[in-house]
Amino acid sequence: MKYLDEYRNPEIARRILDEIHQAATKPWVIMEICGGQTHSILKNGIDQLLPEQIELVHGPGCPVCVTPLEQIDKALAIASRDDVIFASFGDMLRVPGSKKDLLMVKSEGGDVRIVYSTLDAVDLARKNPDKNVVFFAVGFETTAPNNAMAVWQAHKEGLKNFSILVSHVLVPPAMTSLLSSPDNRVQGYLAAGHVCTIMGWEEYIPIAEKYKAPIVVTGFEPIDILEGILMTVKQLESGSAIVENQYSRIVHRQGNRPAQELIAKVFRVSNRKWRGIGEIPESGLVLAPEFKAHDAEILFEMSDLKVEEPAECISGPVLIGQKKPYECEAFGTTCTPQTPLGATMVSTEGACSAYYLYNRPAPKGGITAENEKNEK
Amino acid sequence: MKNDRPKTIGPAAKSSSFGECPLPITGHETVQLAHGSGGKMMNQLIDQLFIWAFDNEHLNQLDDQALLKITANRLAFSTDSFVVDPIFFPGGDIGELAVNGTVNDVAMCGATPRYLSAGFIIEEGFPLTDLKRIVISMREAARQAGVKIVTGDTKVVNKGQCDKIFINTAGIGLQENDFQISSHNLRPGDNLIVSGSLADHGMAILSRREGLAFETPVQSDTAALNGLIKQILLAGGDAVHAMRDPTRGGLAATLNEFAGNAHVGIKIVQTRVPVKKEVAAACEILGLDPLYVANEGKLVVAVAEARAQAVLEAMQAHDLGADSAIIGKVFSENPGAVHVQTPIGAWRILDMLVGEQLPRIC
Repeated sequence: MKYLDEYRNPEIARRILDEIHQAATKPWVIMEICGGQTHSILKNGIDQLLPEQIELVHGPGCPVCVTPLEQIDKALAIASRDDVIFASFGDMLRVPGSKKDLLMVKSEGGDVRIVYSTLDAVDLARKNPDKNVVFFAVGFETTAPNNAMAVWQAHKEGLKNFSILVSHVLVPPAMTSLLSSPDNRVQGYLAAGHVCTIMGWEEYIPIAEKYKAPIVVTGFEPIDILEGILMTVKQLESGSAIVENQYSRIVHRQGNRPAQELIAKVFRVSNRKWRGIGEIPESGLVLAPEFKAHDAEILFEMSDLKVEEPAECISGPVLIGQKKPYECEAFGTTCTPQTPLGATMVSTEGACSAYYLYNRPAPKGGITAENEKNEK
Repeated sequence: MKNDRPKTIGPAAKSSSFGECPLPITGHETVQLAHGSGGKMMNQLIDQLFIWAFDNEHLNQLDDQALLKITANRLAFSTDSFVVDPIFFPGGDIGELAVNGTVNDVAMCGATPRYLSAGFIIEEGFPLTDLKRIVISMREAARQAGVKIVTGDTKVVNKGQCDKIFINTAGIGLQENDFQISSHNLRPGDNLIVSGSLADHGMAILSRREGLAFETPVQSDTAALNGLIKQILLAGGDAVHAMRDPTRGGLAATLNEFAGNAHVGIKIVQTRVPVKKEVAAACEILGLDPLYVANEGKLVVAVAEARAQAVLEAMQAHDLGADSAIIGKVFSENPGAVHVQTPIGAWRILDMLVGEQLPRIC
C-alpha cells in the first residue's frame, strides 16, 4: 500500500534508529501527544528499540480518555430517554460512567447507534422526525470540523430534532498547561499529526519559544514516529527549540483553512474540564450562541450534573506523563480492558490499554537470542 | 396473502444434475408462520424444498431422527449457529457458511465429517426465492465436503423476532486414526503453519456492510477444509499436534487458545503472516488488525518441526492451501503468552480481542 508500506519499512527503521542512537548523548524526556501515536509506539515496539537515555512519556491526546465522567453520565442519561436516538462513534460505548456504560444502556432498551460519520447522525434525524437524535461530539480539533458541519447542516435544514452533546478539547492549551506545571518533566513534544492537519502548526511556535521545548509535528506510522523522535533529539542535543514538521506529506503550515473557518463559525472557545487533569482555561469548544438550539446539554437540562472520579485510578498522572500505566497497583489486576477503572484503560488509544495489549508484562526472560535465531 | 395462483420461486426451473425443482410449493412467495406450524404447509416445504435439495436415504425417511450405522474408533461431534448479516455476501452466503463451518469444526481433530443436521429459524415474510438459494448452496457445499444433511428442523417466527434467517448445523465425523489432535497437545518446538491469507471473510462481510468497494473485491474464504486436512494428516501423521480454524477473534484468538490450553509460549513473525493486499487495505481503512479478523476457510496447524516442511509442501500443493506459510513456533518459555515480532524487529504481546469487534460475522 503506497504511503503505508514505505513508512513501515524495517531497513529504514533500522537506519533511523542508528541515527537516534548516535544523536542521543544525554537523557531526554519526549512526550508524544496523541493516543494514536502511543498505540503505534507500543504496537510496533518502538520504545524497546530506542537508546536507554530516551524516555517516551505518553500524552493526553486520547479524546475518549479525557472526556470527563460527568459528560459520560450526561450521555447515559440522555441515551436512556425513550424520545432519543443516541448516536456515537463506537469507541465511546464501553467507556464507564459512574454506574454503567452506553452498551448497558443499549441492552436495557436505549436506542444507541454506532455511526461512522456525524453526518450519518444528521441523516438519522431526517429519517426519524419524531425522535431527538443526539450525537456525542467527542474529540480534538480533528473531529471538530465534521461536528461543526453536522450542526451547520442541521441548522440550515431546520432539523430541530438534531443536537450534539459537546465534549471538544483543544491540544495547544493542554501542552502549555503541562509545560507550565511545576512537576513537568517533558522536554520536547511530538505534536499530533492529525490535529495539525486541520489546524496547521503556527499556533505551536509561541509555545516552543516560551518554554524552550522543541515541537515536531509527527505522523503515526513507525517511520514517522522514529523520524519525529530523531528530529526532536537533534534539537534537544543542539539546544534548539523550534517547530518542525515531520508529517509534511499531510500537514501544511496553515492547516485546512475552510475547516478552521467552519469550527470558528459553529463553536466558541471555552474553559473545559479534562478527565484526570482538571479544568484547563480556554481548552475546549462549546456551541456558538446562534447554534444553541442544537446543544443537547441545554435541550435536556443536563448542565448541573457533577460526579466524582473513582479514587484508585491514576489515569490523571498517566495522562500527563507523570506515571506509567504499570506503576498503578490496579493495572492488569482489577483494571483491565474488560473491567476498566478509568478511561485510559478503555479507549484503544489510552496509554493503559496500549500497555495492557502490547507490553504486559515486560516479557520475562525476554525473547532469547537462541529463540530469535530459531525464528529466522 | 391473496394468491390464488401458485407461483414458482427461484430462477426459471432448469434441468440440472440435481434434478428439476418440483416447486411451486405453497402458492406463497414468502415464508409464512404456517410453514413452521407442523401442518400441511410445513410438510410441503420440507418435501418440496429440503427433501428435494438434500435428498438422501436418511432424510428421506422423514422420521423424527436419522438412524446412522457407524463403525469408527471415535466420533467427533460439533454444533454451530449462523446469524451472519448480510446473508448473501461476496464469496458465499449463510447456507454455505453453515455447512462449511460445522464441517471444519468436526474435521479439526482429524475426523472425517459425514453427517450434518440443519435447523432453520426463519422470519415470517422471508422470500422463498432466498430460502431456495440458501438451501441450494447448502446442498452444493455438502456435496463438495462429502457430507449428508440427514436431519433438520424449521421454525418460523413473527416478523421482527429474528433477522431474516438463522441456521444451526450440527455435525458428526468419524475418527478412524489414533492421533491426539487437540489444542492441549502443542509441544515446544512445533512449527505453526497457516493455510493461507487471513481476514478475507471478516473483511468481505464488513466491506459489504459498510458499502466499501475496492478495485479487487474482497471475497469471503468460506470453504470446507476436510480435504486439506486429509493431505496434512497424510504428510504429517502423528506429528500433527493441533489444528484449529481461526474464525471469530481471528488468528490472535486461536493462538491464545493454543498457548493457554497447552501451557506453552508462542512466537510468530508478523511479516510472515499472509494477508492479501486488498484485505490489508480494507483493514487499514476500517482500523482493524487482520490478526483479529474472522476467517471461514483457513486453518492453523501445529506440527513437530521434523515434519513441518513436509506438511507445508502438502498444504501448498492443495487448492485451499496454496499460500500456506510457517508463521511461528512453540516454546516452553512464557507459557500462556503469544508474542509477535513487529515489522521493525521488536516483540510485543498478541492478546485476545477485548469486546466485540464485529457482531454477526458468521
